[in-house]
Amino acid sequence: MQKTVKKKKWIMDRMLPGDYVIYAILFFCALICLLPVWNVVCISFSNASAAMAGEVGFWPVRPTLASYEELLSDSQFLRSFSVSVLRVILGTSMSMILMFFMAYPLSKSPHEFPWRNFYMWFIVITMLFSGGLIPTYMVVTKLGMRNTIWALTVPGAVSTYNTILMMNYFRGIPKELSESAAIDGATPIKTLFYIFLPVSVPVTATLTLFCGLWHWNDYFQAMIYIDKVADYPVMTYIRSLSFDPSKLNGLPAEELRRRAEMGSATFNAAKVVVAMVPVLCIYPFVQKYFVKGIMLGSVKG
Amino acid sequence: MSQAIKTGTKPKSRSRYSILDPTQRTYHLMLLPGIILLLIFSYTPMVGIVMAFQKFIPAKGIFGSKWVGLKNFKYIFSLPNTWTLFGNTLYFAIANIILDLVVPLVFAILLNEMRHARMKKAIQTFVYLPNFLSWVLLAEIFRQMFALSGPVNVFLSNLGIEPIYFLGSNETFRPFIVISNCWKGFGYSSIIYTASVLNIDPGLYEAAHIDGATRFQRIWNITLPGMASVIILRLTLSLGSVLNANFDQIFNLYNTLVYDTGDIIDTYVYRMGIQQAQFSISTAVGLIKSVISSTLIIASYGLAGKFAGYRIF
Repeated sequence: MQKTVKKKKWIMDRMLPGDYVIYAILFFCALICLLPVWNVVCISFSNASAAMAGEVGFWPVRPTLASYEELLSDSQFLRSFSVSVLRVILGTSMSMILMFFMAYPLSKSPHEFPWRNFYMWFIVITMLFSGGLIPTYMVVTKLGMRNTIWALTVPGAVSTYNTILMMNYFRGIPKELSESAAIDGATPIKTLFYIFLPVSVPVTATLTLFCGLWHWNDYFQAMIYIDKVADYPVMTYIRSLSFDPSKLNGLPAEELRRRAEMGSATFNAAKVVVAMVPVLCIYPFVQKYFVKGIMLGSVKG
Repeated sequence: MSQAIKTGTKPKSRSRYSILDPTQRTYHLMLLPGIILLLIFSYTPMVGIVMAFQKFIPAKGIFGSKWVGLKNFKYIFSLPNTWTLFGNTLYFAIANIILDLVVPLVFAILLNEMRHARMKKAIQTFVYLPNFLSWVLLAEIFRQMFALSGPVNVFLSNLGIEPIYFLGSNETFRPFIVISNCWKGFGYSSIIYTASVLNIDPGLYEAAHIDGATRFQRIWNITLPGMASVIILRLTLSLGSVLNANFDQIFNLYNTLVYDTGDIIDTYVYRMGIQQAQFSISTAVGLIKSVISSTLIIASYGLAGKFAGYRIF
């Protein structure tokens, strides 16, 4: 207690000239991290021709909601958005369940589970070596998973790194807990769900959010495994717009002309903003956890 | 422990290890789904690596295609742009490693000097943010911001500077990639340093204050030594990523104009393999990269274990 009081006293010392320099640098860092995001928000609310001319800096020019109105009538975007939501839900729940089931036996000592080290090496080897892009692509293709949501969720469902983080966390849980449960006749699965999970809420939250973020932000899996633009998740869809204008061919000529006239800058900006919204919404809640999450990654054995 | 108990548990413990024991069986069953998925999606592709030694024709499959020995590798190294690929990859990876070690460290040290807790929190919130945004979106934002007629060039022309095509010229592409990669990650990477500062005894700072230590002396003698183990850990682990340029970033930002300075191994593998269906060549390039990377990763874990007491499991 005394220590904190003393520390506070030191904290409340007057500001030195050096402090102003440091504060200025830190504010600058925060500003440059925010500005690009703020810029795209401003563009999305601006007049299209002003945006095309590069006039929009850090305040909307001739503010309008036109691009958002158009976005609401863009059925492709809405569809991509829902594909992404489905993918996040499916992929994250699959990954998390697999992770729990794998982390629990692996958290046992080789004395309790003699095969533990065999499985551990089996998993670690996949972290060190990989077949690479092309062979993986061919396996997924051969299994007939192309053009299904499973191609986006199943191949990467086992996250070895997250499993090891979870395992390390489980190992920190006092042995007495699982031993007393075993004496009361609880099976390993019951012990996992009724004893281990309730005390692992922070790490579970962190890993769930990281997993969900990965699925939301990933564009690449869909690019190689999904052929129809209609089934693209939102990131892949946004990417396809700027890289492959031929994908717009399906649209009626009149619609194309209208878009060319109004300029795609504000419309694209609106898409980027809407695709960012879920991340920005959960971000404040994640922040509290991910500091813990990254510290888990540096667990010392 | 008494002899009686030991002998008493012995026959029991033998059956405990058996796969027939219910608890052991449950352990195996819990691991089974994950193991099967790894077998299919991680181990089977490893078999596919033999394509690198074949003239692979999809219709004939792995077992029907002709073996060509090291011909694919000879071909790869006879191409002039192979060395460009490796050079570019090394350039990006090493520049990223250096910046990712230094910038977050400096930022964390400066942040530690900030004494207003609320302001500190606000700054942290902002600098961690870019890390969570997809490169697809950031690329979209950057392409717009740094376009020839974009706000950055409008600003530059107001200062009387000729417009610069940041993403379309070989002079500016590399620095742009390296700096924007640092921009995205420095806040997030600084977390681990900031957290290690929390373990420093505040009494040390207090004592330094009483002794009249300057700010620099305080940082040099207290803050930095407090972070030393984390610095060593990150330094050793970064060895494993010497051949890992940031695929997502470059793939979303590069274009044909900057292939000379921007094309990396991973983007080349993608173009050759997925777009041009040159499976053998593409797999061979990927194999060269993953052999080198695996060696480096194993070495880095070894070093991290030796110098920072790090163990992955």
